[in-house]
Amino acid sequence: MTNDIWIIATAALVAASCALVGVFLILRRQALIGDAISHSVLLGIVLAYIITDSRALPIMLGGAVIIGLLTAWLSDSLHRVGKLQSDASIGIIFTLFFAIGIILISLYAGQIDLDQSCVLYGEIAFIPFDTLYIGNLDTGSGFDIGPRAFWGIGIVFMIVLSSIIISFNRLKTIAFHPSLALSLGINVIFWHYFLMTLVSMTTVASFEAVGAILVVALLVIPASSAYLVARSLKAMLWMAVGYSQLAVLIGYALAFWLDSSISASIAVSAGLLLFVTIAWQKVQSKRKVLQSIESA
Amino acid sequence: MNRSNSNTYTSPLSVQHLSMRYHHKPVLTDVSFEIPEGKTIAIVGPNGAGKSTLLKGIMGLEPSIEGLVSFFGESLDKKRQATAYVPQREEIDWDFPINVLDVVLMGRHGHLKLWQRPSQLDIDIAEQALKDLKMWEFKERQISQLSGGQQQRVFLARALAQQATLYLMDEPFAGVDVATEQAIIELFKDLKSQGKTIVCVHHDLNTVGEYFDWIIFINARLIAAGPVVEVLTKENLNKTYGGRLSLLNDLTEQMYRSQLNKAHDTD
Repeated sequence: MTNDIWIIATAALVAASCALVGVFLILRRQALIGDAISHSVLLGIVLAYIITDSRALPIMLGGAVIIGLLTAWLSDSLHRVGKLQSDASIGIIFTLFFAIGIILISLYAGQIDLDQSCVLYGEIAFIPFDTLYIGNLDTGSGFDIGPRAFWGIGIVFMIVLSSIIISFNRLKTIAFHPSLALSLGINVIFWHYFLMTLVSMTTVASFEAVGAILVVALLVIPASSAYLVARSLKAMLWMAVGYSQLAVLIGYALAFWLDSSISASIAVSAGLLLFVTIAWQKVQSKRKVLQSIESA
Repeated sequence: MNRSNSNTYTSPLSVQHLSMRYHHKPVLTDVSFEIPEGKTIAIVGPNGAGKSTLLKGIMGLEPSIEGLVSFFGESLDKKRQATAYVPQREEIDWDFPINVLDVVLMGRHGHLKLWQRPSQLDIDIAEQALKDLKMWEFKERQISQLSGGQQQRVFLARALAQQATLYLMDEPFAGVDVATEQAIIELFKDLKSQGKTIVCVHHDLNTVGEYFDWIIFINARLIAAGPVVEVLTKENLNKTYGGRLSLLNDLTEQMYRSQLNKAHDTD
């Protein structure tokens, strides 16, 4: 039972963090760069692990952020210098980084306890078995404080949330109109890479739970659903988190019922909620048209 | 304008040897001019002449190859708050989830620290700007639900809320209704009476002499710059619009006549 609570709590934090940064990716039309970073951070994790031989959270985050920012910067440079289309440049850089990451994993397979399917799909069901301790458990003086993944994403969630609260107005202006923001003296490039940092941290902390592919679903789908209905940025952030939490609960129930992958079920639920939202909007607008015809 | 104190006078906007290119093709070459304070100034030229590019180059939104732009004798970074930029309507994401008042409040963001929220004073200023542009009743409206003219007025209100002294506008009259055109002209009068300077990219030769005091003719390079009475000549129009003038012959005729009428009116 406690295991279920840890799994749901971790999934809820993953989904909420992804939804929050996803909102800004959607508004800035950068969903693809979110996709790219979520894959290329794998290389960051693997390199950080090979170099330091440690899985401590700050090291994993550091490796991911460096590679994440490098992905954003190289994609942009390839677009500008190589004169390739920007989406093609992004596709070239992140697949390259991801592929190098996969090769390194197979080369150092004996040393890294990351296996390729776990990287791609994640395994949230195993999260409760990898816990953190305070003190020394063997002597009885320490105690178990819960899964490592939970604390990782918990810290990242707090960073994401406080960043958005503090710099809400800046992020809003930049998302709305970058050149207007620039004309107001806002450093748009700094804030672009700041957002990429948040995306990198979120994806790396979510990696273990949901894997590289499904993290994209959580970045893009709840924020897109919220985009369809929200009337202000604040409302969009709340709604994206709401959609993501609903997706976690429905997905967990679905996985329990079908006895299948939890993370895949969460992603499917997020998609279903999006389609329900679109259908509901269609019905509403049709009803409005009918009403206006009747009243005419 | 009193030029007797020219020692202390600095132009609100001075452009020296500005050159810009886009995808390695030169768009603007060696453009230099200096504008007077408290006037309305039109940047005029054919499509693709580099009018918007010039405005963007001035605001540092697109990189220039060379050139120096100074605002009241200083660099843009020191005069950000005093310079308000109104982008072209097509460049704005009108589906963005935001209402009218929040857009206008963005004009106050430059005055706020990172963590600060707009104060009551900021809100009062934004609301006054909306009233000035007769958009008060739309303040809670989503921007996606506005007409083109109303959208333009929201963006002008945003610039107004910035309380700048120099306004740079990219085609504010493009595709707007009569009410909005009137509102913009009123706004120009108001701003001018406060000694503020307005620079607009403008495409309508029929109205340029009526709405503006000064004209800058651009076609990849500077053709002419000066007061309307001096520079709005057939020769400058020919130079600016080149081969496309067949279309413009009627226009210039018309314009000559309206200029003449005006001259008679003032006699």
